[in-house]
Amino acid sequence: MDYLKETPSQTAGPYVHIGLAPAAAGFDIYEHELGFDPVPEGVPGERITVTGRVIDGMGAPVKDVLIEVWQADASGRYADSPEDFRGWFRVVPDFETGVFTLNTIRPGAHGRHAPHLSLWLVARGINVGLQTRMYFPDADNAADPVLNLIEQPHRRESLIATGESGAYNFDIHLQGEKETVFLDV
Amino acid sequence: MTLYQRDRTWHPPALAPDYKTSVARSPRQAMLSLDATASELSGPRFGHGDIAPGENDLITNYAQGGDPVGERIIVHGRVLDENRRPVPHTLVEIWQANAGGRYRHKKDQYLAAIDPNFGGCGRTLTDENGAYAFRTIKPGAYPWRNWVNNWRPAHIHVSVFGHSFGQRLITQMYFEGDPLIAHCPIVKSIPDPRAIEALIAPLDLNEAKPLDCLAYRFDIVLRGRRSTFFENRPEGN
Repeated sequence: MDYLKETPSQTAGPYVHIGLAPAAAGFDIYEHELGFDPVPEGVPGERITVTGRVIDGMGAPVKDVLIEVWQADASGRYADSPEDFRGWFRVVPDFETGVFTLNTIRPGAHGRHAPHLSLWLVARGINVGLQTRMYFPDADNAADPVLNLIEQPHRRESLIATGESGAYNFDIHLQGEKETVFLDV
Repeated sequence: MTLYQRDRTWHPPALAPDYKTSVARSPRQAMLSLDATASELSGPRFGHGDIAPGENDLITNYAQGGDPVGERIIVHGRVLDENRRPVPHTLVEIWQANAGGRYRHKKDQYLAAIDPNFGGCGRTLTDENGAYAFRTIKPGAYPWRNWVNNWRPAHIHVSVFGHSFGQRLITQMYFEGDPLIAHCPIVKSIPDPRAIEALIAPLDLNEAKPLDCLAYRFDIVLRGRRSTFFENRPEGN
């Protein structure tokens, strides 16, 4: 077998913003910082806002996290060229409060999968980026194949945001009683 | 189409207690294993319109009228997948400290000086063969609050996309021969010495520019993809 091994992961460390969000790190270097563009006006779909925090095992907000979001468009289709609605965002929390805000559009359902955002978290102390999903409290999630894979029904709630009418809250718990379900994809 | 399973015994575990921050930031529950769906098999695409020329040259991309101080190097390599196929046109981003080990980040308080001509980040797209290159300054080691006297080896953080969200990877590149590698709890979060070896870039004299800069080679391997049985086509995917 002539396979290669995947390059091992390492933590993104405390200064991940220098590379992936330099404006947040405090300096201006790129003409166009990737992942922070607002959804262009012509893109169809309901505008939504998601706020939240990433919380560690001691209950403290993780203020140095960087989250990437990947999602389908309003019709449930994933972009396959840079010209489409890209469907990809970077989110950095406020360094004082740890609260992040994402402005996007509500994704459509994709096949049997209920509408969701895919999230990937990196930070100091996280050795391999963590994958999870956010589902919507006001959507029909009953038949979603991923939620239904979760053996303990109460843990499914960790993937469902709270809120309504396009304003949602989604806290991600890295550890502890309310620990979010993370995906080994 | 699906992704090869990630070998989580090869990657560092979430909980690596000698790296103290991992203690409170590691899940205690088992992850939910999921055969990749469209959400993980698709991913963002980047084009040349996304980045400006010269963004892969850290010697000039933040220069304020002078050159940064330090050892001038080229870091180059290829992005491949586990099937040894090149990963073309994918975004590679790097960030690092300056020659003294100081990051240009408002949260870095280390007493080594900021270099006015050095920002410390760069990005590029791989070419059609999966090749990428940066020009930069070799970063310095720096201390961090883990054990009382912990120092990170010189390293460059590397972020790579691949063609699907499930291939997303962030890692760190180390430099051949650095004696701090063997002492670093973040490096040693990786259990297999062969995996650590894969993060150590060898000196590459063949790519050095005489009287100008040295070179290091760092190849990056992303997860492989295969057709699922009923998708198989004679010509392959």
